[in-house]
Amino acid sequence: MIRRVTALIQRELVANFLSPIAYIVAALFLVATALFFMPLTLVEGGEASMRVTLDWMAMAVLVFTIPLLTMRTLADEFATGTIETLMTAPVADFEVVLGKFFGVLIFYLALLLTTVVHVFLLLKYGAQDVTVVLYSYLGMILLGGLYISMGIFASSLTRYQLLAAILTMGLLSLFGALVNEVAGWFTGLWRQVFNYVNIIHHFEDFSKGIFDTKAIAFFVSGTLFFLFLSVKVLESRRWR
Amino acid sequence: MIRVQNLTKLYGDRKAVDGISFHIEEGEIVGFLGPNGAGKTTTLRILTCYMPATSGAASIGGRDVFNNSMAVRRIVGYLPENAPLDGNMRAREYLSFRGKIRGLNRPDREAAIKRVTDQCWLGDFIDRPIHQLSKGMRQRVGLSDALLHDPKVLILDEPTVGLDPGQIRETRNLIHELAKRHTVLLSSHILPEVEATCERTIIIAGGKIVASGSPEELKKRIREGSRLILEVAGPPDEVKKTVSGEKGIQSVECVASDNGWHRLTIETQKNVDPREEVYKIVKQKNWSLRELRLEQGSLEEFFVRITAEQAAKQRSSKQEVRS
Ligand SMILES: Nc1ncnc2c1ncn2[C@@H]1O[C@H](COP(=O)(O)OP(=O)(O)O)[C@@H](O)[C@H]1O
Ligand SMILES: [Mg+2]
Repeated sequence: MIRRVTALIQRELVANFLSPIAYIVAALFLVATALFFMPLTLVEGGEASMRVTLDWMAMAVLVFTIPLLTMRTLADEFATGTIETLMTAPVADFEVVLGKFFGVLIFYLALLLTTVVHVFLLLKYGAQDVTVVLYSYLGMILLGGLYISMGIFASSLTRYQLLAAILTMGLLSLFGALVNEVAGWFTGLWRQVFNYVNIIHHFEDFSKGIFDTKAIAFFVSGTLFFLFLSVKVLESRRWR
Repeated sequence: MIRVQNLTKLYGDRKAVDGISFHIEEGEIVGFLGPNGAGKTTTLRILTCYMPATSGAASIGGRDVFNNSMAVRRIVGYLPENAPLDGNMRAREYLSFRGKIRGLNRPDREAAIKRVTDQCWLGDFIDRPIHQLSKGMRQRVGLSDALLHDPKVLILDEPTVGLDPGQIRETRNLIHELAKRHTVLLSSHILPEVEATCERTIIIAGGKIVASGSPEELKKRIREGSRLILEVAGPPDEVKKTVSGEKGIQSVECVASDNGWHRLTIETQKNVDPREEVYKIVKQKNWSLRELRLEQGSLEEFFVRITAEQAAKQRSSKQEVRS
């Protein structure tokens, strides 16, 4: 299994490497993060806090970049018909989905790594707690994983990449910001439910430097849930 | 090697495959022939574990395609219709990836890639990006992939569609070669294609098997009432009457030809050859004879007819939907 998933991850990375979209996303990501960090590191008196930056990055940057990375994953396999060669090889459906997930995750981690430069600058000029930084990164990784699994799920639903991207942006905005609105319409149990599925709520703990096992459980189980859904959609496509 | 029993596949409420059954023995090369929309691709997709059947059973090498799908996938090499490939990769990278997911370690993989490169004459094209390759070359890369793990069974869906005549001939030769080592099931909507490559043909139309057998058997079987052509000089009414009286003859049509000659088209019953009897009559009556010939219904005619029938059926079902 490991060997097959590794091969699938490699294929995914090669596909990313050869696709202009991945470079555009990388460029967008670098510019956007630089813009967020710049005032903090260069302008004197700017709030030298990772917190604000990472919250913003989570909200804005990821909602636009992750869907562009995940939209291709399954939708393109359906569009080109290569899904038929995959699903008739001795590869399980869940292995296909795992390959997609880790392929995009590795690319995302590479992007995230570039922001470390800014952090060094921050640590040098501002009084910044190292543990807060580390927790923030943990949060970013978990958040990215969840977003990617949601993107892959959206991509499993259609053969049109653009549709997958729009759907993912919709999903991410819904669970990121809109759900906050929605929670306001309700009281009692429903309000609690909507607050619970608010991704940003859980993320905030990390950027405050709080190590919250409940939040970790939320992200991991959320990621597994969407990966599971993607596998099920893939399986159900066989039954049409 | 391949066993299919009562296989049925519904897309929604549309029957694409309708209770078909057939067996293919080890080492056979069998053509799956049918007009477009006959259900060939659907059947092959069920056999290769891409989609499950609605009902019925199928097994390859004794393993059920549904319950033991991984075992089936390991012994089957499949070339889907239009050979979908990862266009961005180079052919070598692609084959290497395919080898990896089939669990071949590096030395085995390299040996396998070398082998299929030779078998399919990929040559220098192996280091080109796939999207730069011609349709024929892509087809060969797809075939190389299907052969990579030296499968017992090869399933090829319309392997020559979209190729030019030269490539078609090459591909046919290649398939002939492959048939020596593998059991082959290939589909086509072109009759001469199947006649040229296969020992046995299964003809499918409208999701049902309408005939099957070797080309000779098929010809025999579908010779439903062949035609006798007769040209004699004699009184037309009497000629017609006497010939019609012979047993095994269904109908006689008589048209006047030149100078008192008459041309008769005689429809006979299945598997009846009344040439001798007809000649005896002609001789006894002392008419002159200048032609006596048995015209057998060809496979071509048969295939054209079922294709037309299916097209008509589809038109009428579409009209039903519209009204
Ligand atoms: N995915 C699908 N969904 C719905 N109908 C389909 C699908 N694939 C094929 N069909 C229909 O099933 C019938 C058989 O198709 P197919 O197996 O592709 O035939 P062939 O390969 O012989 O041309 C056709 O009428 C086709 O329109
Ligand atoms: Mg077809």
